[in-house]
Parts: sequence; C-alpha cells; structure tokens
Amino acid sequence: MTQLAKPNHLQQLEAESIHIMREVAAQCEKPVMLFSAGKDSTVMLHLAMKAFYPAKPPFPLLHVDTTWKFRETIGFRDQTASRLGLDLIVHTNEEGIAGNINPFTAGSARHTEIMKTDALKQALDRHGFDAAFGGGRRDEEKSRAKERIFSFRNAQHRWDPKNQRPELWRAYNTRINKGESMRVFPLSNWTELDVWQYIRDENIPIVPLYFAVPRPVVKRGTDLIVVDDERMPLNDGEKPQERMVRFRTLGCYPLTGAVESSAATLEEIIAEMLVATTSERTGRAIDHDRSASMEKKKQEGYF
Amino acid sequence: MQTLDLTAGNIAAYLAEQSAKDMLRLITCGSVDVGKSTLIGRLLYDSKLIFDDQLSALEADSKRVGTQGDNIDLALLVDGLTAEREQGITIDVAYRAFTTPKRKFIVADTPGHEQYTRNMATGASTADLAVLMVDAADGVLTQTRRHAYIVTLLGIRQLVLAVNKMDLVNYDQATYRAIEEEFLAFAKEIGAGDVTCIPVSALTGCNVTENGAATPWYDGPNLLQHLETVDITLTNQDQPARLPVQWVCRPDHTFRGFAGTLVSGTLRQGDKVKVLPSARESTIARIVTYDGDLDQAHSGQAVMLTLADEIDAGRGNVICSADDPVEVADQFEAHILWMGEDPMLPGRPYLVKLGARTVPAKLAQPKYEVNVNTLEHTAAKTLELNQIGVCNLSLDEQVPFTSYADNRDLGGFVIIDRISNATVGLGLINFALRRASNIHWQALDIHKGTRATSKNQRSTVLWFTGLSGSGKSTVANIVEKRLAALGHHTYLLDGDNVRHGLNRDLGFTDADRVENIRRVAEVSKLMADAGLIVLVSFISPFRAERRMARDMLEAGEFIEVHVDTPLEICEARDVKGLYAKARAGEIKNFTGIDSDYEVPENAEITINTAEKSPETTAGEIVEHLENTGRLKPA
Ligand SMILES: Nc1nc2c(ncn2[C@@H]2O[C@H](COP(=O)(O)OP(=O)(O)O)[C@@H](O)[C@H]2O)c(=O)[nH]1
Repeated sequence: MTQLAKPNHLQQLEAESIHIMREVAAQCEKPVMLFSAGKDSTVMLHLAMKAFYPAKPPFPLLHVDTTWKFRETIGFRDQTASRLGLDLIVHTNEEGIAGNINPFTAGSARHTEIMKTDALKQALDRHGFDAAFGGGRRDEEKSRAKERIFSFRNAQHRWDPKNQRPELWRAYNTRINKGESMRVFPLSNWTELDVWQYIRDENIPIVPLYFAVPRPVVKRGTDLIVVDDERMPLNDGEKPQERMVRFRTLGCYPLTGAVESSAATLEEIIAEMLVATTSERTGRAIDHDRSASMEKKKQEGYF
Repeated sequence: MQTLDLTAGNIAAYLAEQSAKDMLRLITCGSVDVGKSTLIGRLLYDSKLIFDDQLSALEADSKRVGTQGDNIDLALLVDGLTAEREQGITIDVAYRAFTTPKRKFIVADTPGHEQYTRNMATGASTADLAVLMVDAADGVLTQTRRHAYIVTLLGIRQLVLAVNKMDLVNYDQATYRAIEEEFLAFAKEIGAGDVTCIPVSALTGCNVTENGAATPWYDGPNLLQHLETVDITLTNQDQPARLPVQWVCRPDHTFRGFAGTLVSGTLRQGDKVKVLPSARESTIARIVTYDGDLDQAHSGQAVMLTLADEIDAGRGNVICSADDPVEVADQFEAHILWMGEDPMLPGRPYLVKLGARTVPAKLAQPKYEVNVNTLEHTAAKTLELNQIGVCNLSLDEQVPFTSYADNRDLGGFVIIDRISNATVGLGLINFALRRASNIHWQALDIHKGTRATSKNQRSTVLWFTGLSGSGKSTVANIVEKRLAALGHHTYLLDGDNVRHGLNRDLGFTDADRVENIRRVAEVSKLMADAGLIVLVSFISPFRAERRMARDMLEAGEFIEVHVDTPLEICEARDVKGLYAKARAGEIKNFTGIDSDYEVPENAEITINTAEKSPETTAGEIVEHLENTGRLKPA
C-alpha cells in the first residue's frame, strides 16, 4: 500500500478529471468518449479507466474516421480499444466518401467540415448520445480558453459562446432537454506539459508518431507533410525524402505538419517542447485557415 | 522560453521540480477597461509563455483591432471570442495557465460589465485568490465594490487590490494612498479576508513582475512575488471527513464501491463512518484505486470506498466521519445571486443541485436584497438578474449539508430552471431553518383513502387550463353538475372567485401569478386530502406551476384538461370585455396579449370549445373519469 503526500498539481488535475467523468456517468443517459488516439484522448481514456475502476468505463469510445488518418493512428486506436476491452464505434461520413471529399480537392476547410464536423454530428444523432467527452484543453486555443467544462449544445449541436451556462464550483448542471447535448472536457485545465508529464509518470502507451524516426516527407510551403500512403498526389518532380521527423499533434495526415526532430524518448520530447517557439496546433492546417476559425467551427458543432 | 540545459537527465530533475509545485487558482476582476486582460497578457508575456506564432498573430491582430496603435495590445491574448475582439470587451471568463519557477497558476480573466456578473461568479467559484483591479484615475467604483463583495461572499479569503494605470497619474503616491484607504475601509465592512494593495502599470509592467523604479515609495512585493508566496494551504484537510457519493460502482455482485471526491478531511481504512441521510454506520473496508489500495485518502482526492457492511447508499448520500457527521435538513436560509434572464419567482418550483443531490425546491420571497454599493438591505419581492439577496428555501427532500462557510461543496448550490434547464442562480447556505430531527408528521388514523372511499370515489383534481374566455369555467360547471347528479362529492375552485378572497392581495405580475397558482395548488391538495373531486379552473399560464401542482399529488390524482380554444375565438367572444381593454393597453400582463401562455405538453385531456359544445366536452371528461376508475372507491 502506498502512503500519500499532499496532492501536487497533477494529482489535483487528475482528481478533477475523474470527478467530471463520474458526474457524467451518473447523470447523463447515454454518454460516449471521443477517442482519436492522440495523446490527449489517450490520457483522457487512461483517466476514465481510473475513474470507474474496478468497473470498466460505462460508455463506448467513438472515433470519427475521415479515412485520412495516419495508419499508425488507426493501428494504435484498435489495439488500445482491444487491450482495454472497450467498445469502439468508428464512424465515417459515407456521403462524404460517395462525394469523393478529400483534403486535396475539397480543401482543408471543407474536408474538415464534412468529414469531421458533419460526421461527428451524424454519429451523435445516430446513436442518440447525450454527452460526449472530448480531450480539448484550454491552453490549446483562445476560444477553448473560454469554453465551459460542460459545454451545452442545442439540438443542432451548436455552441453559443455568448450565452454559456454559469458553471459554479463542482456543481455541474448536466440537465438538458431532448435532442440537446453536452460536450464535456475533463482535461480543460491541463496544459501540454501536464499531459506529457502525466504520460511519463503513469507510463501510458502513446502512438509512435510522437517519436522521431525517419519518415518520407514532402515540403509544402513551410509544412512538412509525411506521405503516409499512395493516395497523396505528388506535384511534378516532387519526391518524398526521408527525414527524421515527429508530430506534436495528430490530424489527417495530409493536413498535419511534422517537425524535424531527433526526439526518441519522452524526456527528449518534453525537452523539445520546453524550448519550442511555436504552439502545438500550428501543425494543423485547419486552425489558421481563417482567423477565429476554431470558434466558428465550434459553433457549427466541431469539438 | 525558459533557458534550460535540456539534456534528458536534466529533464527528469526539471519534471521532479514541476511535480513538487503547488497550484494557485486566481481571478482578475474589476470594472471594464481597468486593464484586467492587459495585466494577464503582461503576466503571460513576462513569464515567456507566448509562442512565436501566437506573438505574430497577436501583432497582426493588434494592428487590426488593437487599442494600442502600432504597439501590441496584450489584452488580445485573452479576449478570445470574436465578439469580444470586435467590441473590445470581455464577455466570458477566459482561463489561462502559466508557470513560474515557484508555482503553477490558473488565472481566470473575468468580465467587468455588470450584465456578465454570472460569468464573473463562475470564475470566482473555483479561485483561491482574487486580483481586484481599479484604474488609478477613477479609484473605487460601484463595480469594484460589487466584485469585492461577490468574491468575499463566495469565500475567497485572499484579495489583491491592484491599482492600475499608475503611469497615467505620474505614479503619484497620494492618489494611490487615497484609493488604498477607501478600499480597505470598504473591505473591512464586508468582512473581506487578507487584502494586499499594490500600485501597478499593466502597460509598462511596473510592479507586475519586477519592482518598479517609478514607485520608490512603495516597498511591498510586486504582484508576481505576492502570487508566488501567498499562503494557500488547504484548511479543509483538518476538518471532519465528508465524501458526497457521486456514483455507485457494481461491476459484479461481489463488489459495491462508492465513488466520489473527498471534500474535506481524511479517511483511513478501518475508520468508522456514518452515511447521511440514513445515518447508518459502518467502517471503511477498502480505499480502492486503479494503482492499488490506499491506507488513507485526503481532501481533494477522487476515491472509491467499500464499506464493511451492506449499506444501501447511493448518489447524493454523504459518507462522513462517524463521530462528526453533517446535518440533514430540508429548509434553509441562503444568500442567492440570481443569474437568470427572467427574475426569480418566489413559490415556483426550481431544482437545486447541492453536492451530488438534485432536488425540487421553492424559494420564498426574499427577506431582503443587498445593495452592494451601500451594503444596505432593502425590501424586495423578487431578485432580478445579477441581484443578490437572502431568501429562505424549502426542498422537497431532506439533504445532507453544511453551511457554505464550512464547506463550498456541501454548502453551495445551483438553482436550475425546470423547463429550460438553465442555471438561473447560485446559493450559499447560511443555516438550516429547522433540523430533520424536529419534524414529526402528525400520524393520522383517518387518511385520504378512507375519506374518499366513504364518498364512493377517488380523490381527484381536474385542472382546467386555458386562455381567458376559452370556456374553462363553463365546462367545469357542467362537469361538476353531472358529477353531483351521479352522487359524487366535488368542489369547484374558480380563478375569479379565489382572487376575490384568498388571493385578494395578488396582482398579475409573473411573480404574483406563480404565488396565485401555488396557493390554489395547496388548497386543492388539502381538498383532495379530504377525499373530494376538485375542479380547478384557472388560466394557469406557466408549465412550471402546473407541474408543481401535479407533483404535489399522487400519481393519477391530477388530470390536466387543456381547454385549447384558439386566441382569435376567445378574443372574439370577449365575454368580460377584457381583451378589448388589454388591446387598448388598459390592462397590463394579459395572457395571450402581452403575457405568455405556455401550452401544455402532456395534458391528459385536450378540448376545443370552438369545435364541440360544452355539454359534449363535459360528457367526455366525465367518461374519462369513469374509464380511469376515479368514480368508484379504490
Ligand atoms: N496607460 C495605461 N493604460 C492601460 C494600462 N493597463 C491597461 N491599459 C489600457 O486600458 C484599456 C483597457 O484594458 P483591458 O485590459 O482591455 O481592460 P479589461 O476590460 O479590464 O480587460 C486598454 O486600452 C489598455 O491598453 C496601464 O497600466 N496604463
């Protein structure tokens, strides 16, 4: 048995996240946890395993698959769900596939809207989920910094940033009418460093994409794009080159920029993060598509 | 960012140091434009927490919408919503995390406008410390007092008064001292905790993260030094243990765990505990975690307990140290901060969420409203958005509680509207009005069932709702005559008649309408208790009150009859000439004209007197009573 000292800040954050998850499990009729296999959702899932232990989390996992995720992401996703013995629902917007929506011809904004935002809404509606956990953190982006932990969505899944419910203490109001839902962010108060430190302290397995190895990349503008499969159209004369790269954030592979790095361990990743001069989401094409684009996307139902 | 020698070995040491840091949650508040956002921007900027890409975005934004000409506008780092950036105001709380070598911080920048007080309270409810800002040129304003009052009310014991924009008053000591003196006097009056005053300039950084050369007369700490060293040791570790049960874990029949966050004290394996409200006792068998069982758990930890005995406990129960359990009550006096767009309606059933319990509750008319500027107590009939007052409230069930002063989690509650589910208020328990142990229902030998059976019927309330002139009274009259003819015992409560007597003191404001219906519902409940079939004919325009009446009675006793005659027809009939007067503006708050009628969603019976004669509909209602077994003994 272990003896406990006064909780440090990570233990405080852990306790807060667990409290939030239990509140949802006890109060919402049909919750679901979004699982993208990225580091944040991996930490969120680990916390869920703790929150309900010795029971399993009383909700399934949901992955919105745009079909453009890294192969390693998909592999890790399936392996994690089966290792933990959890139900995994994978949803793809079939209409988008039929309409041949892809990041190259549709552009990143439209691709994201149809294959992620619309797909997510479809999946939530189809299964009738009334609460969905997401791994968003307030330090990621300005509109996230403004969002409640329990973020109310109307029947059209829209967020109304100017009219959020007051959120007092730990007395979260989870009540909704039929068709409305809650997006719940148990990691709201975590920072990127907290997440990495927790992964290290708790020995949580993560997708190998976060570690640097030689990968085939092409340079597009300032972004380094890893050619993850043969669907990536190459420009004339463009040839993928092997470079030591890794990812700070994971999205659709054609939309996610890699960074050159030699970091092969968690300590090295953290060291790189501490000296980094750009924030983690710059690798994501969708955030800088338009100024204030995250707020707009969230209003439309994006996570 | 930090200049560190970042080899992997050093990282381990660096992380160990990070782990050892404690965390301070603070808010910045004060009126609009005192420089709250700028101050936070300054803290983030000086602690080198701004990334290059954020900085270049900030530079671009500063040129586009900033207020600093060609210089960067630090406020834009925190004002994250489009509307905020466009209007140059803060609407909602923004949470930012930053770290210094000494501590981790989460800072909530809260809006200054009075209309966004509820968002300010949201930020304050989880904070350990408040930085209250004033503009050196303006001094202490209403909004300064208001925020000081609210943060103190919410139990924040550490206050910093940051007198900002000292650059605009030439760092004048006398100006600063006058503000300091005025504020300290006010702080004393409201019983604020520790107050530290600091003259700063968020714009130049003076006394924010370094000691300002411009204020040689000030020898206190700069803001960051103060934040890094202020004492935030938890005091509730030493208090008796309280664990509100959130969720019961039953993976199989051998395991029954009670999951929740310990909100005060310490629990050890083998401790004797008492579960409230049942007051059953047991001992802690195990403290279960994913990482192995624990010997003990402390305040703030999310744990899972198993007990040595089979005890029927569930969500909303509180597990306490056996020798010092919490009290249980259903009536309280509380401070209320109203946060709903619609004013509070005394008597209307709301939901109260306290700890892990959500219970129907009614608020009485406020004892008084607090004028936060003068601290005067003034009489009030209701509380409007952002008003603070003291009210009694009564809950439908007994709940375990503490005063807010003893524990935020077991003494602080939110008030939820039953129809919209919006969070419309927050409350802080001062004390219970009477304890459970003092309540004994008079056990009566003759009860409702006996009385109704002797009348050859079952107690029933037929609730007619609909617009004025819809035909409620006409139909109710015919139904009553037919029931009497069949030998039943009835009573008809009619809106107009009751308003001449019992409810003579009430008008037609929303608050009075609610009270009107509450009284009628109580009277019909008494009459149902007497075994009667009660016919209630009231416009009763609000769903919440009809639901209240329904909830007072037993299942099946309440039958809602919606007299659904269209407004045009009611208005064309205008038997009492009231519609004409309302249209002419001579009567205010007239249902259907300038006051809402909320259409019933689950009425047992819906009738339309424009389509069928009153006799036919009355017949249908009597038939319904027969078919549902109301016209014979149970
Ligand atoms: N001269 C001067 N101006 C300041 C100072 N702090 C803030 N301001 C300006 O005051 C205005 C309002 O600041 P802002 O941070 O948006 O205020 P908030 O509404 O309290 O968040 C902006 O134009 C700031 O640049 C200061 O210390 N000195």
